[in-house]
Amino acid sequence: MQDANLRYPEIGISEVSLTFGGKIGYLDEQFCQVEDLQDEASPNFAEEVVTLFFKDSARLMSNIELALEKYPKDFNRWDAYMQQLKGSCSSIGASRMKCEFMSFRDYCGQGNVEGCMRSFQKVKREHTVLRQKLETYFQLLRQAGPAGAATRPVM
Amino acid sequence: MTGTARGRRGPAGMEEKGEAAGLGFLGLDRMRLLLPLPLPEKLSARTLRTHLYNHYLGSRKVREQRRWLLLLWVVIWSLISCCILFLMSSQAVEKRREALASMCDERARMLQDQFNVSMNHLQALAILISTFHHSKNPSAIDQLTFARYAERTAFERPLTSGVAYAVRVTHAEREQFEREQGWSIKKMYSSKKQSPGPGDAEVREPAAEYAPVIFAQDAYKHVISFDLLSGNDDRENVLRARESGKGVLTAPFELLNNRLGVISTYTVYESELPPNARPHERIQAAIGYLGGIFDIEALVDKLLHQLAGKQSIMVNVYDTTKESPISMYGSSDTGSGMCHVSTLNFGDPSRRHAMHCRFIQKPPWPWLAITSSFGTIVIALLIGYIFHATVKRIAKVEDDYQEMMELKKRAEAADIAKSQFLATVSHEIRTPMNGVLGMLQMLMDTDLDTTQQDYVRTAQASGKTLVSLINEVLDQAKIESGKLELEAVPFDLRTVCDDILSLFCGKVQEKGLELAVYVSDQVPHTLIGDPGRIRQIITNLVGNSIKFTERGHIYLTVQVVEEVMSCLEVETATQYTKTLSGYPVANRRRSWENFRLFNRELHSSDVSFAPIASDSISLIISVEDTGVGIPFEAQSRVFTPFMQVGPSIARIHGGTGIGLSISKCLVGLMKGEIGFASKPHVGSTFTFTAVLMRARPSSNENKSLDFKEINALVVDHRPLRAKVTKYHLQRLGVKTELTTDLDQFVSKMNCGSRFAKLVLIDRETWLKESHSMPLLVRKLRNKDQTDSPKLFLLENPTSSVKSSSHISREYNLNVIMKPLRASMLQVSLRRALGEVDKVHCRNGVVGNPTLGSLLHKKQIIVVDDNIVNLKVAAGALKKYGAEVTCADSGKKAITLLKAPHSFDACFMDIQMPEMDGFEATKRIRVMERDLNERLERGEVPPECANVRQWRTPILAMTADVIQATHEQCLKSEMDGYVSKPFEGEQLYREVARFFQSHDQVQ
Repeated sequence: MQDANLRYPEIGISEVSLTFGGKIGYLDEQFCQVEDLQDEASPNFAEEVVTLFFKDSARLMSNIELALEKYPKDFNRWDAYMQQLKGSCSSIGASRMKCEFMSFRDYCGQGNVEGCMRSFQKVKREHTVLRQKLETYFQLLRQAGPAGAATRPVM
Repeated sequence: MTGTARGRRGPAGMEEKGEAAGLGFLGLDRMRLLLPLPLPEKLSARTLRTHLYNHYLGSRKVREQRRWLLLLWVVIWSLISCCILFLMSSQAVEKRREALASMCDERARMLQDQFNVSMNHLQALAILISTFHHSKNPSAIDQLTFARYAERTAFERPLTSGVAYAVRVTHAEREQFEREQGWSIKKMYSSKKQSPGPGDAEVREPAAEYAPVIFAQDAYKHVISFDLLSGNDDRENVLRARESGKGVLTAPFELLNNRLGVISTYTVYESELPPNARPHERIQAAIGYLGGIFDIEALVDKLLHQLAGKQSIMVNVYDTTKESPISMYGSSDTGSGMCHVSTLNFGDPSRRHAMHCRFIQKPPWPWLAITSSFGTIVIALLIGYIFHATVKRIAKVEDDYQEMMELKKRAEAADIAKSQFLATVSHEIRTPMNGVLGMLQMLMDTDLDTTQQDYVRTAQASGKTLVSLINEVLDQAKIESGKLELEAVPFDLRTVCDDILSLFCGKVQEKGLELAVYVSDQVPHTLIGDPGRIRQIITNLVGNSIKFTERGHIYLTVQVVEEVMSCLEVETATQYTKTLSGYPVANRRRSWENFRLFNRELHSSDVSFAPIASDSISLIISVEDTGVGIPFEAQSRVFTPFMQVGPSIARIHGGTGIGLSISKCLVGLMKGEIGFASKPHVGSTFTFTAVLMRARPSSNENKSLDFKEINALVVDHRPLRAKVTKYHLQRLGVKTELTTDLDQFVSKMNCGSRFAKLVLIDRETWLKESHSMPLLVRKLRNKDQTDSPKLFLLENPTSSVKSSSHISREYNLNVIMKPLRASMLQVSLRRALGEVDKVHCRNGVVGNPTLGSLLHKKQIIVVDDNIVNLKVAAGALKKYGAEVTCADSGKKAITLLKAPHSFDACFMDIQMPEMDGFEATKRIRVMERDLNERLERGEVPPECANVRQWRTPILAMTADVIQATHEQCLKSEMDGYVSKPFEGEQLYREVARFFQSHDQVQ
């Protein structure tokens, strides 16, 4: 545990994993699973997926932004867009964003435009934060060495 | 009606809320509960009421009957007592009459006797005169002699007051007679007995014969010379006496002294006559007449004086010769009371006399009869009263019963209402609480200063406490109303235990307690039951233990009941030095000695578990602590809801005291029992049993193959703790050896025997054996560098971090923090082994090995419009050895799956633009049916000649796993669904189900 913290100063295990009923980390166990998927055949699988995620999510978020302006109060549409984004998020384990989608969905259910907007803004913020953190993370991984040490112990 | 409507609304609401809250409070919505009044119960209540009503009416009728019965009783007994009165009084009267008769008869007889005596004497006197007067010449008797004689013999004739003698004088002899006597015969007054004097008396006119008195007693000297035949009465008397030869009596008349009397007349005959002489012979023979005056009154008076009881009886004597009786004695005022008549025979056949006797006093009241009858009636009335009182009492009790029933019904209704209210209110509170907590969570993520964050954290903690309390109350209500139903899903108890340990990790470290779990090998890996509830019970027990324990350990054990049974003897031998932390504990065995299960076992050990052994399994789970224990006086109410040991406990430790009661109910639902043993200041052990189902034996061993060829050695001087460590290591597939003696180990190592790759040393042991440790470490490290064993220090939370880090740094040890859990241990081991064994780790199949074997070299197509999801899913499946083809839309999937193709399975996302998963699947199935028909007709394309039936398994991938989706999946002819992102367990389950059955089909 101490090792892990030493190795990944930016994102400690405690933050990466979803702690019990307490503070929600940026990422959950799903991210670990994604990391586990990389092997010799696809050594940078996690990074690939994350990159893909950010590309895709950027697109989706612009779509949503557009939809929020273009179709005011069309909650079903908003929700559908959001749902796509949520799928991506849960695939890489972006837990904070995922949580935010739930509240977004709630606001949609309530017909709360203000809430939706606020929620979406928060999603965007989380997205940015996550992007920064993950970029740093992968950068560190690369620094640590192309082979071997770049893997996290499986949890 | 409302119940079902609400019930239907329930799950729908649940998913919305579940999505909305989503912050770890998902569990709450499971508790959603409504308490509709059970309808059948209501009905039964109504029937009960009518029944009661009938009963009540019936009792009323009975009551009326009882009243009549009572009345009848009183009347009958009144009559009976009257009869008694009558009978007894008549008996008394009869007795009295008899007494009177006997008295009367006695008096009559005596009177008669005395009379007869007098008469006899008169007769004797008559004979005397005949002898000395008539037979002598001159007569030996003159007046003087006669008077004197009569006077002197008067005592012989107690009833006669005087006697006189008259001679028979014919008319021819009159003159001579008169001359001799010196007086002329005088005539008697016919009516008046008393003559005024001799001088005044008339001379008797001439008649055929005369009977002048010649002798008389002095008192009656004045009657001398009077002719008896001149008086009517006397004449008749004389004539009758002369004829009969016996004494005859006159009718009663008034004597000189104004008293009643009778005259008895005796005839003196010239010669003795034969008894059968005829009357005219008698008349011829008669020469004189002796008369005696009987003073009846004096006579009777005298007589009665002689007798006892003369005061009580009144005697009247009558002459009843004539029609109208002439009273001879007794007062004229004859009472109307009882009268007895006795006849008197005075020797004169022509005269009849009778004696009438009466009681002077009125008859006394028949007190005996009266008291008897009165007593009877009183007793009868008393009995009647008792009966009445009883009846009244019964009626009252019945009424009370009615009332009680009514009250009971109302109380029950109130209870139901309470539960319902509780459930409703709890639920209504929980919904907004979720909002509050969610918002607090969000607030925590905003920019807050330290104080604000502290406030928010406090608020959130309070909110969570409140929600958990509400959940508990809700659980209680649910259990009370019998609404709680257990799930039956497969689960791994070991994982559940590990989770619980993780949950209490922080608290345990805070308090410096040792927390350990041990699950016996005999407990199957997969059980079917309600993991949530089991977790709730264990969490509750462990939570309690932690709450009340300040030093020592908490030890959770899970065993199969049979196992415990077989090693009971061993258990008893356990001493507290052998416990987990060395502190004494309460005897575990005591906690279950009251269990029915065991008692039954003990009585009939041969019965064993035969009936349930097939696929149910009884587990016995204990939580042992070294806490303050439960005071003896509080032990009886440990399982009572809202009861705590004392108010101070609640103040210090908080909590509602509902947890144990819920646990008890839950254990009851699992067909188990809960019990405890506790020693104040030593500790408590709570034990419960639960009956769970064995899951179908599967090869799904959770043992990671990473550690398959690794040996480990655990060095711990406490065997129990070593056992726990061994258990965890074995779960990971590590072959484990235990040693308690370090020296032995060292010597063994010197012999050059093969030693383990991992050496785990407990910190406590390390400190204990600190002198030999450096040696050991050196020896271990001395070997070939590549193959040197890894050293682990098992860190106790009690130990200060400083010292342990000091040790670990000094000897470059890996530190494993307790409590041990499989996952954590796995991470630690892997991290330690990682550098050494990387190649092994790389090449080996990571993760679930069986999943790998299932999916190995399978052609799988993954369909998802979301490229990230697609990539991740594909990556995951590839990891398991599958060969994956990706499709980013339903249409593409259809073209790829156009038969014949070589895919073994398809994972299909449901929500896709243009064509969703359901639609795509339907189309694929249509295509397949088409092909199958062609196959049947024999138009076989060459690619699939060996296939009879074409059907590609399609699994849905979905983010929200709810029942509705599942049903829809089946409707669209999908084969199952997996959650997205993949969960190893679920994926395995679905794929295994599918691939195994698929293989069988083919």
